[in-house]
Parts: sequence; structure tokens; C-alpha cells
Amino acid sequence: MDFKKQFKEGLLYKNPVLVQLLGMCSTLAITTSLFNGIGMGLAVTAILICSNVLISALRNFIPSQIRIAAYITIIAGFVTIVDLALQAFIPALSASLGVFIPLIVVNCIVLGRAEAFASKNTVAASAVDGLCQGIGYTCALIIVCVIRELLGKGTFGGGILNGGEGIRLIPAQFPAMQMVMPVGGFLVLGFVIAGSQKLMMHLEMKIKKKEEAK
Amino acid sequence: MHPIVRINISALLSQNFILVKFYGICPFMGVSKKIDTALGMGMAVTFVMALASAACYLINLLLIALGLEYMQTVAFILVIAALVQVVEMFLKKFVPALYKALGVFLPLITTNCAVLGVVLVNVQEGYNFLLSVVNGAAGGLGFTLAIVLFASVRERVDKTDCPECFKGFPIALIAAGLLALAFMGFSGLKIF
Repeated sequence: MDFKKQFKEGLLYKNPVLVQLLGMCSTLAITTSLFNGIGMGLAVTAILICSNVLISALRNFIPSQIRIAAYITIIAGFVTIVDLALQAFIPALSASLGVFIPLIVVNCIVLGRAEAFASKNTVAASAVDGLCQGIGYTCALIIVCVIRELLGKGTFGGGILNGGEGIRLIPAQFPAMQMVMPVGGFLVLGFVIAGSQKLMMHLEMKIKKKEEAK
Repeated sequence: MHPIVRINISALLSQNFILVKFYGICPFMGVSKKIDTALGMGMAVTFVMALASAACYLINLLLIALGLEYMQTVAFILVIAALVQVVEMFLKKFVPALYKALGVFLPLITTNCAVLGVVLVNVQEGYNFLLSVVNGAAGGLGFTLAIVLFASVRERVDKTDCPECFKGFPIALIAAGLLALAFMGFSGLKIF
């Protein structure tokens, strides 16, 4: 098991949002404050680890014809647990994410990792995979959140820092409200993905140059 | 204004499922390269959304009667998965022409969050049976409208000469952003 490689893949080379382009709905919809981004990221990470572990443990018992239905049921079970736990312990986050918590059931990342990784690998490797992909997803969400919040509200860390107000970086009359509205989601994610593609190309060039030098 | 008219207008324009509420972004991005396929996907989604709204309304009554409201998410997703399967088999057997048109899109719909989304919204808003079905169908039509509009934009966007790192998905997202900006204009519709 190569933890370092899995971590790198989750964070960068196979980042679920920026490279695999999965889980777009939640990435676009809830990334309006840092609080939302971190909360959603951690919720998905927890569900991803649990579902990966259980599906990997059951991988030899689930008949392949009904595996998708079985996976969805397992995932829905964990999503319900997280949903109820958030309602009970962090009601502010639950109210702010709303219907997008139960919609984690149909978040392609969770089902995608179940099908592509957990159904073929050992329990330990699947747990690590869930953690790495979850961290990659959380990081992508945080990047989009920070940009949208800064441009749209002019603050940093809304919902957490400075008693929920966030630290004001741009005076109140300047921010463009549109950036925390749906338009901003599409635009910012477009630019972030373009940036990550640019970074990938740069890294690939570097590797090629190294090989040529050898 | 009559609630049915209100739901129709808001689901189509000011509360469009894709461009304002962000349900169903995956098929919106994945199946929007050609107008024909976009239209097919839209019709299939509309059909399943209306059916799922009806079925899940009844299932929800059963869950409430049994005191199992916390099982809503699990029950709904299973109902939707089963429904999509049944619709697929039914169309294959009895309406082969429609099956041919919608066939490839049907299995994709299970994991379309627009379907689960509309069902959960119906329950949250406490819509009755008729309003649930209307909301499902109107939401599906809003989805179709957005995906067909976007497909026709995208056919042109794909031919443009843009920076290397923007090619493909990023430029499509930015085009979608501009479309969303246009739909934001509808939020001024005071119909409530």
C-alpha cells in the first residue's frame, strides 16, 4: 500500500473535483462561505471513509448484478446518520447546507470510489483512499469558497471567524454580490479548474525535462 | 396567484433547477454536447421526475404512518432506482420508439440529483399530491430548457479558440455562468 502516492493522487493528480470532475452540484451550490465548505468537505470525507470500508469488507458477498443498488443503500444509510448527527449537534451547518446533505447520496464521488476502488481493494487501502479523496474534495471546496467569499462578500472565514461575521478584507461597498450567487459558482469553478489544468501541464513538462536530462 | 401557476413559472425560470438551484449539474455538463441528446436527456428526466414525485409522495405517507421519517433518504433513493428500472423495462416492452430515444439516458437518471432533490423539496415544502407532481414535471421542464439552451451555446463554444488550459470543461463552466447570469434576470419576476 502506497500511502504517499494515494495522497498525492487524491489531492492533485486525481482530485475528485478538479480532475475527475465529480460532485459538481455540491461544489457549486454550497461554496459561499468557509464554514459551509469545511463542513461539507468533512461530512463527505466521513461518509466516503465509512462507505469505502463497509463496501470493501462486503466486496466478496455482494453479487455483481445488484452491486450498484447495494452500494447506494449502504451510502444512503451513512448519509442519513451524518444528516441526523448534524441536525442534532451542529444545527447551524445543517440549516445552511439544507437539502445538499441528503443529496450526498447521489454525489458521484462516493459512488464512483465505491465502484472504482473499494470494490476491488482491501479494507485498509479503501479507508486510506476514502480519506485521501475526501481531503482532495475538501481542499477544492475550500479554494472555491475562499475566492467566492472574498469577491462576493469581501470577507474571509465567514461562519467561523470573528463571531460568524468573518474578517473583512474588502470594504462593504465594493464586493460583487453576484459572486456568491449561482453565476459566481460557475465562473470561479471554471477559473479554478483552468488554473489546476495549467498547473498539471507545468508539472508534466517538468517531469519530461527531468527524463530528457537523464 | 394560483399555486400551480406559481410553481410552474418559478421552476421554469426564477428558480430554475440547474442554473439557480444547482441540481443535476453532472448530466448538465456531461450530456450537453449536442442539442438532440440534450433534448432526449431532458425529456427522460422530466418523465422520471414527475413519476418519482408521485411515487415518493405515497411512500412518504407510508413512512409517516409507520413513524419512520428518518428513513426518508434511503427509501426515496431506492424508490427512484426501482422506478427507473421499471420505466426502462416498461418502455422497452410497450413503447419501443420512446425507449430507443431515451434508452441510453435512463440508467443515468438514478444518480441525477435533480430527481432526489425535487422529491426532498416536495416533502420539505409540504406540497400535496397534485402540487408534488406539478413541481416534479415543471422542474423537469426547467431542466430541459436549461440543458437545451446550454447545448446550443456549447456547440459554438467548442469551436472557439481559447487558451489551452481553458479547453473543454473550464470554458464550458464559464459559458454556463453567463447563462446563469441571464437567468438571474428572472429573479426580478414578482409573482409571489
